[in-house]
Amino acid sequence: MDRLIARAGLACGVLAFIIACFMSLSGDWSGLFSREAARSMLALLTSFFPPEVAPAFLRKAAYATLETLAISWIGTLLAVIAGLFCALPAAGLWGAVPKGITRMLLNALRAVPELVWAALLVIAAGLGPFPGTLALAAHTTGVLGRLFAEALENAPREPYLALRRHGVGPVAALSYGLLPQITPQLTSYTLYRWENNIRAAAVLGVAGAGGLGQLLYYHMGLFHFQETGTILLAMLLLVGLVDTCSNWLRRRAMP
Amino acid sequence: MLLAKSQRWRDPAWPRRATGAAVFLLVLLPAGYLTEFNPGVFFDASSLRASRQFLATFFPPAHSLAFLQLLVGSAWKTVAIATSGLVLALILAIPLSLLANRTLSISRLGTGTMGYIPAAVRAGLRWGLSLLRSIPELVWALLFVRAVGLGDTAGVMAISLTYAGMIGKVFLEIYESQDTRATEALLANGARRLHAFFYGTLPSCLPELVSYTIYRWECAIRSSVILGFVGAGGLGQQMELSMRMLAGGEVLSFLLVFMVLVWLADQLSQGLRTWID
Repeated sequence: MDRLIARAGLACGVLAFIIACFMSLSGDWSGLFSREAARSMLALLTSFFPPEVAPAFLRKAAYATLETLAISWIGTLLAVIAGLFCALPAAGLWGAVPKGITRMLLNALRAVPELVWAALLVIAAGLGPFPGTLALAAHTTGVLGRLFAEALENAPREPYLALRRHGVGPVAALSYGLLPQITPQLTSYTLYRWENNIRAAAVLGVAGAGGLGQLLYYHMGLFHFQETGTILLAMLLLVGLVDTCSNWLRRRAMP
Repeated sequence: MLLAKSQRWRDPAWPRRATGAAVFLLVLLPAGYLTEFNPGVFFDASSLRASRQFLATFFPPAHSLAFLQLLVGSAWKTVAIATSGLVLALILAIPLSLLANRTLSISRLGTGTMGYIPAAVRAGLRWGLSLLRSIPELVWALLFVRAVGLGDTAGVMAISLTYAGMIGKVFLEIYESQDTRATEALLANGARRLHAFFYGTLPSCLPELVSYTIYRWECAIRSSVILGFVGAGGLGQQMELSMRMLAGGEVLSFLLVFMVLVWLADQLSQGLRTWID
């Protein structure tokens, strides 16, 4: 009975919260569902067709697609390296104080979204794909560092300790006693983040950080809708391709 | 002796390792070139000066009364955009996921294979859901900013469409991964599809559905901040303005509020989800 009352109270609270949210939105909602708005949205969508296929533009779009792929790739790679280095102290291998500090660092890296990192780094490094790559790497280091640290903490410590007790150096003990146990998890987390990062890399350009996003933002700003259509198609293709690739790699990596 | 020597020196997996390393390097070099990878750009004189000037304005974080009001107002706006977007996404996703649910197929009863038309309709719906979520929410927001102008509406629409795609797909997976025998028995005995769903499928998967929805709410808060960067309202829009004016103190305050907001949503969502389970 108590649980029932609690549930009813919670449901009412959630409902009131939702209503308050809708009430505080500005903007004319009646206009949105009118025939007028539907027509303008439809006009916008149909103006993407036919997508622009002039060879010069296709070359530009292909280059931007490759650039996006490269950003996601290098960003993820940097994040794997940095994440692994942060994961060792964050898993408590070197005591409680480094653990607390690196966890805080990882949380801060993770809390700031990629796009905000990109906007900040563009200020420091100028426009271009490089700040975008670092932005992806910064956020992803936070995410992967924590996941890697959790994997390390859950792995049995005995092989590592046994090697250490027999006089094996810390680096060798780590790479033969601890890391092999978590390799499947590392691979799977990395591939999962890569899928995420290709989506992020595709839009980071909105902050001026290169790739398809920058091209999209540019052409949309100039109302070049057919070019926008091509870029959107390229984005869809790229995301689909990376998902397929990553699924295939994951199946191969899993025992 | 000879055997021991050859065993010692030859790594049986070396062709694989060498190919792996070669492919890795072959991909790495052009990728590094494409990303214009050059840490030096941070240390040339002009960018050092720009970063130093920008960083110097970070402290202290802006905290005048008027600014704090703006801060709280836009943080609430962000929550409102996320929540409204999620509610609209649910309104869109639930009917779609019910229509695409293979368990509720009547033509499949007994024979085990669906008719051509129902199968095509379901495949089409799945394809539509996947299209909705393959376009990033930021791109949806850019489109809606063009169609309905700057402001909250664009953000709400962007979140509702992308999240409808994600929620629809995951709800479908949840329905179809349940034990479907109860639903099938109800359908076979002449229950209507909705009845079969409400009495056969829903009771066993409700906690999972609710828990996933709460998790998505947490994600929606994070995305609604990002959507603000293209003019879709809330905290992000204000943060972008401050960044453009290089007002570091305001940027820092916005970042701090954003972190607190995400942390609160995370705690609330975790608390609710453990309570449900």
